[in-house]
Amino acid sequence: MQSRRSFIKVCILSASIAAMGAPSGALAADTIKVGVLHSLSGTMAISETALKNTALMAIEEINASGGVLGKKLEPVVVDPASDWPLFAEKARQLIAQDKVAAVFGCWTSVSRKSVNPVFKELNGLLFYPVQYEGEELEKNVFYTGAAPNQQAIPAVEYLMSEEGGGAKRFVLLGTDYVYPRTTNKILRAFLKSKGVAEADILETYTPFGHSDYQTIIADIKKFASAGKKTAVVSTINGDSNVPFYKELGNAGLKATDVPVVAFSVGEEELRGVDTKPLVGHLASWNYFMSLKNPQNETFIGKYKAWAKKNGVPNADSVVTNDPMEATYVGLHIWKQAVEKAGSTDTDKVIAALSGQTFKSPSGFTLTMDKTNHHLHKPVFIGEVRADGQFDVVWKTKAPIRAQPWSPFIPGNESKQGL
Amino acid sequence: MGGHMMNRKSRSFLRAILSFAWREKGRRAAWRMRLAAMACLACMSLSAQAVLGPGVLAGFAGDFSSRIAAIEALGVEGGETARRVLDALEAGRLGVIGERVVIVGEEGVCDAASGEALPDVPETPVETVTVNNRVRRALANARAAFALGGEDAAARLAAAHTLGEAASPAWLPLFERALAGEKDEAVRGALVLAAARVNLSSADPAVRRQAAQDLGVSPDAAVRNLLAGLLAKSGEGTAAAWVEPDAGVREAAAASLRAIDRRIALAETAGTVFTGLSLGSILLLAALGLAITYGVMGVINMAHGELLMIGAYATFVVQGVFRQYFPEWIDAYIIAAIPVAFLAAALTGVAMERLVLRHLYGRPLESLLATWGLSLVLIQAARVTFGPQNLELANPGWMSGGLGLAAGVVLPFNRIVIVFFAALVLLLIWLTMQKTRLGMFVRAVTQNRAMAGCVGVPTARVDTLAFAIGAGVAGLGGAALSQIANVGPAMGQGYIVDAFMVVVLGGVGQLAGAVWAALGLGIVSKFLEGLAGAVIAKILVLLFIIIFIQKRPQGIFALKGRFADD
Amino acid sequence: MRTPLSLRCLQSLPRGGWIALAAFAAVAWIGVPLAHLALPEGHPLHIPAYTVSLSGKILCYMTVAVAMDLVWGVAGVLSLGHGLFFALGGYAFGMYLMRQIGRDGSYGADLPDFMVFLDWKELPWYWIGSDAFLWAAFLAMALPGAVAFVFGWFAFRSRIKGVYFSIITQALTYAAMLLFFRNETGFGGNNGFTDFKRILGFDITAPQTRAVLFALSATLLTACLMLGRYLIASRFGRVLAAIRDAESRAMFIGYDPLYYKLFIWTLSAMLCGLAGALYVPQTGIINPSEMSPANSIEIAVWVAVGGRGTLVGAALGAGIVNLTKSFFTVTLPEYWPFFLGGIFIVVTLWLPDGVAGLWRQWRARRAAVPGG
Repeated sequence: MQSRRSFIKVCILSASIAAMGAPSGALAADTIKVGVLHSLSGTMAISETALKNTALMAIEEINASGGVLGKKLEPVVVDPASDWPLFAEKARQLIAQDKVAAVFGCWTSVSRKSVNPVFKELNGLLFYPVQYEGEELEKNVFYTGAAPNQQAIPAVEYLMSEEGGGAKRFVLLGTDYVYPRTTNKILRAFLKSKGVAEADILETYTPFGHSDYQTIIADIKKFASAGKKTAVVSTINGDSNVPFYKELGNAGLKATDVPVVAFSVGEEELRGVDTKPLVGHLASWNYFMSLKNPQNETFIGKYKAWAKKNGVPNADSVVTNDPMEATYVGLHIWKQAVEKAGSTDTDKVIAALSGQTFKSPSGFTLTMDKTNHHLHKPVFIGEVRADGQFDVVWKTKAPIRAQPWSPFIPGNESKQGL
Repeated sequence: MGGHMMNRKSRSFLRAILSFAWREKGRRAAWRMRLAAMACLACMSLSAQAVLGPGVLAGFAGDFSSRIAAIEALGVEGGETARRVLDALEAGRLGVIGERVVIVGEEGVCDAASGEALPDVPETPVETVTVNNRVRRALANARAAFALGGEDAAARLAAAHTLGEAASPAWLPLFERALAGEKDEAVRGALVLAAARVNLSSADPAVRRQAAQDLGVSPDAAVRNLLAGLLAKSGEGTAAAWVEPDAGVREAAAASLRAIDRRIALAETAGTVFTGLSLGSILLLAALGLAITYGVMGVINMAHGELLMIGAYATFVVQGVFRQYFPEWIDAYIIAAIPVAFLAAALTGVAMERLVLRHLYGRPLESLLATWGLSLVLIQAARVTFGPQNLELANPGWMSGGLGLAAGVVLPFNRIVIVFFAALVLLLIWLTMQKTRLGMFVRAVTQNRAMAGCVGVPTARVDTLAFAIGAGVAGLGGAALSQIANVGPAMGQGYIVDAFMVVVLGGVGQLAGAVWAALGLGIVSKFLEGLAGAVIAKILVLLFIIIFIQKRPQGIFALKGRFADD
Repeated sequence: MRTPLSLRCLQSLPRGGWIALAAFAAVAWIGVPLAHLALPEGHPLHIPAYTVSLSGKILCYMTVAVAMDLVWGVAGVLSLGHGLFFALGGYAFGMYLMRQIGRDGSYGADLPDFMVFLDWKELPWYWIGSDAFLWAAFLAMALPGAVAFVFGWFAFRSRIKGVYFSIITQALTYAAMLLFFRNETGFGGNNGFTDFKRILGFDITAPQTRAVLFALSATLLTACLMLGRYLIASRFGRVLAAIRDAESRAMFIGYDPLYYKLFIWTLSAMLCGLAGALYVPQTGIINPSEMSPANSIEIAVWVAVGGRGTLVGAALGAGIVNLTKSFFTVTLPEYWPFFLGGIFIVVTLWLPDGVAGLWRQWRARRAAVPGG
């Protein structure tokens, strides 16, 4: 008897699963829904929560100035919980069930790779705000973060320049996954093209969540003692940066001897580190909080006010960083494109997005490229200050165009646009 | 006497400047600089200045190269004013208003050249002069040159090291003069090394030989590579010639090289052993609490990592209190944090035990589920209260930096402290377990709960107390971890797997086993990392654990006797 | 006289069970596909693609939970590494799906994109045959089975038990995760496999494909439950229960626990592998984080929530936990861990036998009430 009941239960359950997906109420006609797909729990919450906040702040700002096409924006926030298949599920839900006009989200490359097929299948629109390794171009995705030539290559060029110390030997240090591996592959090819010998490059990786950098730092020191000026290019990811920089500071590896330039360390990450021993180490981004211009002052002011109003923990000490700026820019150029297209229809908005410009908090006017879905962005090299902010020591004169397909990878020459 | 000192000092600055010029600009620029410097020196001998000429500071308003030139010029000027300007530059308080260079002090803005206060200038809109690594290097060298003529022996030693690393021929006269007047042995040693590094490229073979001999006491890997370079041949095949033509010099270099290599090998071995010991002590701190709670109650405590997290957050709160109320005692915050971290985690542990785990005795596997739930709740609670970001915990002054062995092998003070701290915690736990009545009860309950209850041990209370101790020790582990790793809501997740490995490898409930397992895993990991890289090392260690357990299915220290089975 | 196997199979379920099974099959094979494919969008009974793929995914999780319950509930062996077998099955089938992309990848090459990027000129040896569907399907079952067999052989032979066994399974899956994270391992590193295009030539995003995958997942779950019930009821199952409850005594009587445990352990891994193989085309991604220790712990948690040793309960647990998660991550994006964590605590404190236990209690109480 019992087993019969059990099977009935299974049936009821499967029916309830089916019922769950039923559309949840009719769309309110006077709002446009916008999806926010950032992890608020799990390993990536540490970085992505601030992006969710920025998106909500920008939506509030747009609503306060009259909304889009006369309608208010309505954010739909979901938590994909740093779980990559869950990203795909949530993306499908946002597009198919909630009928959002655009989605702002993802941080890791794998989360983007996970949702790409969904956006393609359902013809949605994703704005991806984080620097990444390139080698990808999707019709339904707009990349508002940096491609390698907008971050990694200028940084290494700077290290090799007289101003940056004239480095001749390089340690390419990263967490063992796709973004560091790809970036280092591009950098290796680039360094070779600049005449750096194979023996002058040390490539080394650590597992995810690695927290013991003693051996690595000793290796770097040994490598640096060979007589040529040495620099470290770090693509260490997330939490591992804290133990790495703490070890760096305590092991007495100073920026004047062996500078470390990082691509995943910004204001937000430095909040977790005592930066006094790290003064002079570098980061390469398209935006720094310390930039002085009116747009940035407004941006920071608005974010701080938003954080205070919404009870964000430690609201007095919130910082802004590059991916937050990219999220902010993404929302605004999307808004402009929707207004230009006069509709939220994906294809029309995609067409309207090309060539869209926005005066961003970086102080430059950013342009969405006409063919490759990436922003033209300025590059800044910053040195860490004792207060956890950055001093800009070098910058490009004008925004530069992204090369999602790096010319330093063979076979990519012919690919530049969609 | 004062005048004489001044003169000597200012001349050494001149040398310093010459060397900068040499290194930074090349020969021609150096010549120009030398002329300019001579002119300055001529001016200086006329007036013992207190006010800097306006032209000297103008460079700070320009680009980085002109800033470096300005630093060099300041070195030539010398004196208190120049030192003040350099201090301000280093502290990021040197500003520019239009053409005028100012110092932004706590009392307000003052003119950098004259030192006179500028009361009508507000503080905020002043654009401060930024420094990059190149400028910072020039600054460090300029200040080292200052310090070499100073009174403080420690500062002179540091200066001699700084300047020695640059090893530029232009420094040589400075080293020689400093050597002539130097009394302190350590400083003398550093100066001899610094001079020898320069002399190694002297034209005179006798000087070179002496230099190669002198360098034999160097602990520096860069010097080692320099000497090894002399022993190489340049060119190909039969046309190959020794880089160093003189056989006597080569012999001296080879002897020195052997001495340095021995020293480096020793330092590196010591370094590797220490890294292993340090990793082991951290694993031990993470696992010790778990060994106690699992041993006593057989509870698989999935929330153990979160107890570490609570300890670390407690440390953060204590740091905040000290920053706010006792800024002068800030270096002692970590001492105050130790009992706080212990109590915070222990109280959480008591709450967990009383509210949840108490009801799950005899169902150890269900405790997995409940503690997993607890862990989710605790992580999210931390995230909601403190924000999802990592929290900043600074090493106190006495835990910053490290003890330098040879060849750049540095044993960081924070790690040394943690090794001793782990030993201390272990000792206390051992004393508690072996020498107190509570410890005896805990051991009794661990071995045979029913029997212990029969002879009157209050098992329920013992459970609570044991759990509190275990949790408190985890809190101590968290306080220690906060000094080397990140402090964030999910920090405990990074240690829980390793902690379980340690406990299981050691034999469940065995303190001695946990100690051996933690140290063993630490040293094996670090040894493998040196051979195969961090990723492969981690994989190999895990496989090693799996294979080891095949050989000893109950861990290193298996319980023996009837209660060991079923 | 021995009863024929077919008859014994039939007897393993009462008549009502067969009816329920038939109803479930009808819903899975006819109801859902019809509602998904035939009814127009906007029809009140239309089942959207989101629901179909979400349910398909959850059905795969439920299968894993049943497989887990076979080793934990029935044989008393707690594995904290079942995510590994699930992921291995997923990877084995994912290899086939990657090959099916053909030249539609972003580099337009014969090799999968990530290999082109690594400058690999040909497939590594372990990819041989991965373009054949049958081989992939076989591998999805055989690979986890083989890994489980080798691991289990050594572990059970050494009589590793309890928490020791749990922790080394955790070490195993953790080591595998780190290995698969590496680009050089040849499985796409952290990004894993994604952007699949077709399966057996059919478009993977087509509603028909989705409906078939859903139905297959439902079938697999049903088959798993049946098989599980059959095993529990058989003599083999009773020996297993004996070993679970008192291994030493079972040994004294003359049973060698090695083979019993090894069989159920390997079988469980193979079922997980099959579930993984069905999971991958429905979620569109497989990557090493499926092997993370936390994922495997979660599998144990599903079983505990549902009720250990009841099979159906385990499946229910997986369904409930995942639906709750899906629901709360949308409605309470910042606070859902409180609820989920709370549920775990409440279930252990007040529902020691999980949700299935609650059901049993309720029935027992109803039976106790006179005239009920």
